[in-house]
Amino acid sequence: MAKITASVFTSHVPAIGAALDLGKTTEPYWQPLFAGYDYSKQWMKDNKPDVIFLVYNDHATAFSLEMIPTFAIGCADSYTPADEGWGPRPVPVVRGHPDLASHIAQSVIQDDFDLTIVNKMDVDHGLTVPLSLMCGQPSVWPCPVIPFAVNVVQYPVPSGRRCYNLGRAIRKAVETYDEPLNVHIWGTGGMSHQLQGPRAGLINREWDNAFLDRLIADPDGLASVPHIDYVREAGSEGIELVMWLIARGAMSDKAPTVKHRFYHVPASNTAVGHLILENN
Amino acid sequence: MSLDKPYLDVPGTTIFDAEQSRKGYWLNQFCMSLMKHENRERFKANERAYLDEWPMTEAQKEAALARNLNWCISLGGNIYFLAKLGATHGKSFQQMAGSMTGMTEEEYRNMMIAGGRSVEGNRVVGEDGNAQKHRQPQGTSTAQGRL
Ligand SMILES: [Fe+2]
Repeated sequence: MAKITASVFTSHVPAIGAALDLGKTTEPYWQPLFAGYDYSKQWMKDNKPDVIFLVYNDHATAFSLEMIPTFAIGCADSYTPADEGWGPRPVPVVRGHPDLASHIAQSVIQDDFDLTIVNKMDVDHGLTVPLSLMCGQPSVWPCPVIPFAVNVVQYPVPSGRRCYNLGRAIRKAVETYDEPLNVHIWGTGGMSHQLQGPRAGLINREWDNAFLDRLIADPDGLASVPHIDYVREAGSEGIELVMWLIARGAMSDKAPTVKHRFYHVPASNTAVGHLILENN
Repeated sequence: MSLDKPYLDVPGTTIFDAEQSRKGYWLNQFCMSLMKHENRERFKANERAYLDEWPMTEAQKEAALARNLNWCISLGGNIYFLAKLGATHGKSFQQMAGSMTGMTEEEYRNMMIAGGRSVEGNRVVGEDGNAQKHRQPQGTSTAQGRL
């Protein structure tokens, strides 16, 4: 039987990828940020999963306005890092896990979550930056990844409650997979940021930290927070944080062990938050 | 019955909903085309001619030529699509975000290093925070919104 043993939460700012790719990680601006992931890289080596179920959002890369799936699960063999306009990131191709992905798709759809099944797509910084932060710069990623893309670009995006419940359905799906795989689930995006208009640059440290507190100790209550609170308090792009509730919902109902917590401002326009939780 | 849009009173913020998306469809799809290297080169060689290949409104074309992201957003543009336009001109997300505030690149960068923009006074239209309409433009940029 497969099992979700841990969840990882992290922001996925494109400038972090650029800093890594251009060898700027020791510059004074970036050094404190990357130092916050030193523990995490070691933890990844010590707790190597068989598969990562990676919840992220596509930033108008694989999905233009032609098609906007609310929830899309990648069932392909592999995914190529996308050219987002600056040229593709020099990172390894992402291997998929089509068997587990198809199993989860079937189970979750039978549980009333209407996923879109994707057999061909490129992946953008939303997926590759978290991998880089957690794994460094290997020539191949340490394990297969199931990309799970959530629409947070065009409103309305799914509610926190729906995301949390979807996480629970994903947990159930993983637990009915016959092979004994060790699965990690990652929730990415956020924290507070706004990339548009005269309010660009908004950061709300207090709100972000309260979000982290509640994600750990009161995820069910946190799932009731309406969209407008995210927008008003954490910026128009801070809404990405709803995706963290998918990963949290996939964790056990027992209180998790907090292995690592980190918060830093700024990375470009964004507050960076990071948590590693282990299941008990 | 009208739709519930509780986000219309957030200052300095345009939420990209279905209505904006309809309005900005071709503007955003034009931006999307700039993900291909050869299209970026063709656009840079003759911006107007490239734009004329798209069924965008004249105002959308002018906003794109002016590299004015606030103007583009008011015409239905979304920042993740507009980022391809910015990238084509060699700009980072931070330069793009900063260009929408009236601050110079350095002023915006310093605001971020100092902890970012405060939410105080910037939650609801009518307060007195620095994102409110009566306090624009911020900073000393002379670019008038041009990226
Ligand atoms: Fe994002």
